[in-house]
Amino acid sequence: MTDAHTAGIASHGHGPFIAAIDQGTTSSRCIVFDRDGRIVSVDQKEHEQIFPKPGWVEHNATEIWTNVEEVVASAIEKAGITRDDIKAIGITNQRETTLLWDKNTGEPVHNAIVWQDTRTDALCRELGRNVGQDRFRRETGLPLASYFAGPKARWLLDNVEGLRERAEAGDILFGTMDSWVIWNLTGGVDGGRHVTDVTNASRTMLMNLHTLEWDPKIAESIGVPLAMLPEIRSSAEVYGEITGGKLGDLLGGIPVASALGDQQAALFGQTCFSEGEAKSTYGTGTFMLMNTGEKIINSYSGLLTTVGYRIGDDKPVYALEGSIAVTGSLVQWMRDQMGLISTAAEIETLALSVEDNGGAYFVPAFSGLFAPYWRPDARGVIAGLTRYVTKAHLARAVLEATAWQTREISDAMTKDSGVELTALKVDGGMTSNNLLMQTLSDFLDAPVVRPMVAETTCLGAAYAAGLAVGFWTNTDDLRANWRRAAEWTPRMDAEIRDREYKSWLKAVERTMGWLEDEE
Amino acid sequence: MARNIQSLERAAAMLRLLAGGERRLGLSDIASSLGLAKGTAHGILRTLQQEGFVEQDDASGRYQLGAELLRLGTTYLDVHELRARALVWTDDLARSSGESVHLGVLHQQGVLIVHHVFRPDDSRQVLEIGAMQPLHCTALGKVLSAYDPVAHSEALESDRKAFTDRTVCDLDAFEQILDITRARGYAADVEETWEGVASVAAPIHDRRRMPVGAVGITGAVERLCRDGELRAELIAAVRDCARAVSRDLGAARF
Repeated sequence: MTDAHTAGIASHGHGPFIAAIDQGTTSSRCIVFDRDGRIVSVDQKEHEQIFPKPGWVEHNATEIWTNVEEVVASAIEKAGITRDDIKAIGITNQRETTLLWDKNTGEPVHNAIVWQDTRTDALCRELGRNVGQDRFRRETGLPLASYFAGPKARWLLDNVEGLRERAEAGDILFGTMDSWVIWNLTGGVDGGRHVTDVTNASRTMLMNLHTLEWDPKIAESIGVPLAMLPEIRSSAEVYGEITGGKLGDLLGGIPVASALGDQQAALFGQTCFSEGEAKSTYGTGTFMLMNTGEKIINSYSGLLTTVGYRIGDDKPVYALEGSIAVTGSLVQWMRDQMGLISTAAEIETLALSVEDNGGAYFVPAFSGLFAPYWRPDARGVIAGLTRYVTKAHLARAVLEATAWQTREISDAMTKDSGVELTALKVDGGMTSNNLLMQTLSDFLDAPVVRPMVAETTCLGAAYAAGLAVGFWTNTDDLRANWRRAAEWTPRMDAEIRDREYKSWLKAVERTMGWLEDEE
Repeated sequence: MARNIQSLERAAAMLRLLAGGERRLGLSDIASSLGLAKGTAHGILRTLQQEGFVEQDDASGRYQLGAELLRLGTTYLDVHELRARALVWTDDLARSSGESVHLGVLHQQGVLIVHHVFRPDDSRQVLEIGAMQPLHCTALGKVLSAYDPVAHSEALESDRKAFTDRTVCDLDAFEQILDITRARGYAADVEETWEGVASVAAPIHDRRRMPVGAVGITGAVERLCRDGELRAELIAAVRDCARAVSRDLGAARF
């Protein structure tokens, strides 16, 4: 669905506008927004997922840049506007995906290593030495895990022939996808800006959360030369102007004015600007982020500490992050592997044909338990089965699994931060599931709110860029744009909630220790 | 008993011939099995193919049963699929019109609300998903009655209660309203169900042009009407939204 929305009454035909690029895991998109935060036009293009070996995932960064050029040009064309109508362009991106390129030729030295890629598992264990995965947690907020960019860069330096020498000679640049897109937008080999923003830098394991600078000691321990790292800037400021190339002709001179990792951009787009405000994005997996204000909160419950955003010279805003590996993908599993439904939306129809879960609980620990347990030895369990249970009860249990996992992350956030969740802002594909949203509200015992613009990720990047160039004055302007499309309020008896939660936790316990000899 | 239609009988015989296992048959096999001239058999096959009941294999030119047969009887559009498809378009309608949006389908003798988008202001609103509305006087109900024959007969059989002094209960007057609805492509309800409240709705069709639901906006009559008439730009916005959702359903693969 890439049509421009045409229903407009409150006209959005008149500029000025802000454009946002979302360089995502499966596709690159560009959306043009008007001053009210409404979508004017969209274009999107998928890129190839390259799987050289089991567990390895790569992207061709040259293909990605070409796609970005195309979707930007096409979104501008669909909106029927010109460079004078666009005040700034912002960027949001798949986080942690790592690229090294030659600054003289602009050529990537290798495919980008995607965040899901697990080739650095062994390297991360080795880097943990006798301390284990929390070796750099106090400085970076992250455990040593294969997602993060620093170890991926080290892998490239170790495995691409002659690369370390070229890097030490200063010919090689490192970047996450924000850096790659900004460098190319601002001129590439002809003076492109080599920068990244604090949110993306906070996913490298190389940045110190307290100073917001590269940590020389950690960089040395991981084996990444400081010389190739980009300059760390705020999330909302003018990094440079669009110059050269195909887009230079079309949009030359437009300020490139924001960068935010995708989940942080969604937090920003959902206008979670106050401490304690949280958003959760329900897709294949789920990412929940809570604004913790100016405080860096060390997690003792298995959450990540990360930078939420930083606007210009303002103080940085930090966040706690919890992710759930299997949510939407559990519904897909019911459809594709079990064949119990024919479309994802049917899970709700099936679940609604019964009153409750019939005593069944489904813990989808398909590749172990993540936050807050971190038990790789766990495997999925359906507990509480009796002769009475039907596929409809299982459908309920599937939806409840997503809601309970959210509750567990929310509890961990409260435990770490001391802040109670007052309301949860949701986005992502699964928010069209009314039963799930009601169940979520029931289990959290808090209101669940869906905003009117579903594209919160792109919107966040547009908001940050607009703030940087004065298109919007402050975050209050942005809050005023936020519209509630739906709200679910808790309707569950506290007693039932407590009893059900207890049963869920019992089911979770039964998943642990299934694999007897991890590794 | 009236005489049977020969070509339908022949078409039925062809379907039976092709049924039973994964059978692919060439034109001459089919024609000779049924004792038909090739030209006659081809004409019937081509019609069945257009309707999707028969498919022709590109490589061999042989015929087999089409996917449409599988869809017959087993499929209906899941209302939750309808909601998922409608989500972005209904959000945009609420945003552009400044009013709340409802999506309704026929359920028993009324309209079941399957999706609701709040009016985009900061007022307190309650989600109305699962609520029922009457068929004969709401904009959603009139649209369904005008386009869906099942809804139509339900509306005729219902007691068509008067909710306000503007509710149309008389059968002929009701049928006239449905005629107008079909002619204009939308239905209105100005204080016929609730005092002070107006609504406009338009039909959503699936890819086979079957009416699957209705989408509309509801709000204070002072905002929706100007000089006693519904504002044309609001009607246009509702119809655009209905078309966009229909297009989305049409583009959807089975």
